[in-house]
Amino acid sequence: MLELNGIRKSFGKVEVLHGVNLDVRAGEVHALLGENGAGKSTLMKVLCGIIKASDGTIRIHGEDRRFANYDEAIAAGIGIVFQEFSLIPYLSAVENMFLAREIRTRLGFLDRKAMRRRARDILHRLGVDLPLTVPVASLSVAEQQFVEIAKALSLDARILILDEPTATLTPTEVERLFKVIRELRRNDVAIVFISHHLEEIFQICDRITVLRDGEYIGTCDVADVDNDRLVEMMVGRRIEQNFPPKPVLDPTAPPVLDVAEIQLKRGGPVSSFTLRKGEILGFAGLVGSGRTETVLALLGAHPAARCRMTLEGKAVRFSEPADGLAHGVGLLPENRKEKGLITSFAILPNISINNYGKYRKNQIFIDLRKELACTRDAMTQVRVKANSPRDRMDTLSGGNQQKVVLARWLNHDMKVLIFDEPTRGIDVGAKAEIYQLMRDLTARGCAIIMVSSELPEVLGVSDRVCVFRGGGIVATVDGDDLTSEKIMTYATTGKLENVA
Amino acid sequence: MSHDTNASATVQTSKDTGLSFGRVLQSPLVLPLAGLVVVSILMGIASENFFNISNIFNVLRQVSIIGILAVGMTFVILTGGIDLSVGAVMALAGTICAGLIVHMGMPGVVGLAGGLLVGLGFGLFNGALVAWGRMPAIIVTLATMGIARGLGLIYSGGYPISGLPSWISWFGIGRIGDVPVPVILMVIIYAVAWVLLQRTPFGRHVYAIGGNETAARLSGVKTQRIKLAIYAISGLTSAFAAVVLTGRLMSGQPNAGVGFELDAIAAVVLGGTAIAGGRGLILGTLIGAILLGILNNGLNLVGINPYLQDVIKGFIILLAIYIGREWR
Repeated sequence: MLELNGIRKSFGKVEVLHGVNLDVRAGEVHALLGENGAGKSTLMKVLCGIIKASDGTIRIHGEDRRFANYDEAIAAGIGIVFQEFSLIPYLSAVENMFLAREIRTRLGFLDRKAMRRRARDILHRLGVDLPLTVPVASLSVAEQQFVEIAKALSLDARILILDEPTATLTPTEVERLFKVIRELRRNDVAIVFISHHLEEIFQICDRITVLRDGEYIGTCDVADVDNDRLVEMMVGRRIEQNFPPKPVLDPTAPPVLDVAEIQLKRGGPVSSFTLRKGEILGFAGLVGSGRTETVLALLGAHPAARCRMTLEGKAVRFSEPADGLAHGVGLLPENRKEKGLITSFAILPNISINNYGKYRKNQIFIDLRKELACTRDAMTQVRVKANSPRDRMDTLSGGNQQKVVLARWLNHDMKVLIFDEPTRGIDVGAKAEIYQLMRDLTARGCAIIMVSSELPEVLGVSDRVCVFRGGGIVATVDGDDLTSEKIMTYATTGKLENVA
Repeated sequence: MSHDTNASATVQTSKDTGLSFGRVLQSPLVLPLAGLVVVSILMGIASENFFNISNIFNVLRQVSIIGILAVGMTFVILTGGIDLSVGAVMALAGTICAGLIVHMGMPGVVGLAGGLLVGLGFGLFNGALVAWGRMPAIIVTLATMGIARGLGLIYSGGYPISGLPSWISWFGIGRIGDVPVPVILMVIIYAVAWVLLQRTPFGRHVYAIGGNETAARLSGVKTQRIKLAIYAISGLTSAFAAVVLTGRLMSGQPNAGVGFELDAIAAVVLGGTAIAGGRGLILGTLIGAILLGILNNGLNLVGINPYLQDVIKGFIILLAIYIGREWR
């Protein structure tokens, strides 16, 4: 039904898909499996014509196809339900389904009756009953997903891609979704099912294709594999980045930061962890598992239902990140451009932005000379490669931009620094430098929390690792347990026992 | 000390630290300045009286009220906000000031202080709602614009309050040497604003919030306090404008300043400040305000129908912003 062969995709000089294959039959649910960044989403975007492959073929019903854009892919019978829904919240299910291709009466007015009839037919085929005329925002997440699926079907989709459809669903909603998927399968729709949750894959899928680092690893029948085998395929052996050596830490060292309770949402999981002096604690888990929200909640930048912690033995609570700064707790946010840098600023004010207490003259005015000296000093410490502290941020590489964000904290006596995805989008050399800088900081007595979605990085850098799943910590591993298999198993299933 | 090695570089750069922070933000000045020169030359050609020293001071005096309002507006727009209440707050502050003196028999100084407090109070109210109430500035200040205007009319019954002591007129039409007092006041306010924006941590934080509020907050900037402060500054400059206005009219005018918020915004934008925040210079606002004043003055001197003047001004603003968009 659908055959992708040798798909390659490069962004600039970097190849992210290295000849990936995928073949999906009519009436099957085909799992596409891989870690964060394995290339699943890129592959699906290629299939939908959102981005163009550099090489490889796409065949549908044995016919070579090439889509210039998303619309052409839809016309060829491909439907995709994105992780982030593309529904318009204030329109009803019917209005959403027929958006921009409304059925009209002969006079050019909307033929609401006809649209409602067709919508009801399609949803009936799915075995779903939901209110058609209320704004979709008032529907449950699962119901919104059904509307998305129905929308794709109303476009006569024969190939349906579901990108992590269960990520935000409750168990009962997942059951409902699976019923719908089985119904689709009976109707000979080919389904590509992307999920990180292995148990779901065993429940609903027929075959599995595994990707790793943009590489095609293999395709197999669900019946032929078990949990361990899948994790091994996903994680594999890979070329190791050079990480700085881990120093031997005193396991009895008193904690710098002791988080007794952190709960993001009322009724959600409650987590606790400790961070010791000179330690790098990794926060691993899948995207959306609550790592970033947790670190933001610690600083008071994200709401938390409960947050109880002590810093060097004293109870603290931060209501905004400025409180954290005052106590020596700072964050290097994920997504430098959106949350880290002030792009309209040059390097100098980007670094000195939270430093003014350090070189105030008369407590009111900035001591420009001292500011410049401190900034130069910080830039030297983290080795920012720039001609002048007055260079614009957009002249710097990603690695150097990250160093600027780091430099901001060096003029403070930081006790805890939180690095959220510190090496995303930066090259190998700069990564190594960042890792070394982190170790330099811990050697100076700073404790570090590192949130990372890259398993090799988590393993190579962290002294201990907290694994997140579903909004909380499910396990803390260290020593010999620090293996990618264990972390991946915790992150995908929440426990170590085999699920299959 | 290691900076001995690059001492020469440090010394050299410290020489231009006067513009250090401005360097990145400097380019926005070029265009307004060019506009000012072009418009001045055109006006000079059109009217031989234009370059008269007395006419120049006259233009500056006319500019002063909008110019002072535009200072607060610059702070607000630099953070990505907007303050629509400035004209109405100015009218209210002037009315209360006159009312305190005339109706309640207070000394002039108390009246002036009362007016300033009204401005400051409204600014703090705006700021608190924007920063802690997390409400959009455009809606908050639209509402407080109505509230301030209404309160002024209620307090005065809709009539101007006159009978002020004559020394109040010094603020509006007085002169020190040849220079009108309102112009001196305006220059002082711009100087203070310049120092605040370019030489204090507060100023950097204002730019940082406009550039990327999330990043500023996450790096430890107290964004809510800064926002409170900038709306308070805007309220205060509205009150200073009220002092000049009251001095010029020798009365509290509850109906004064209708639409002044738009002229103030136009001055800020003509001065090269990005309406989305983060980029702009207070000096640009001064140039923008003067540019606007010259247009008013020149179109009058040439004798163009006042109704047509508004149309011409509107198109000139559009043109200026279009060119500025290409420039950046």
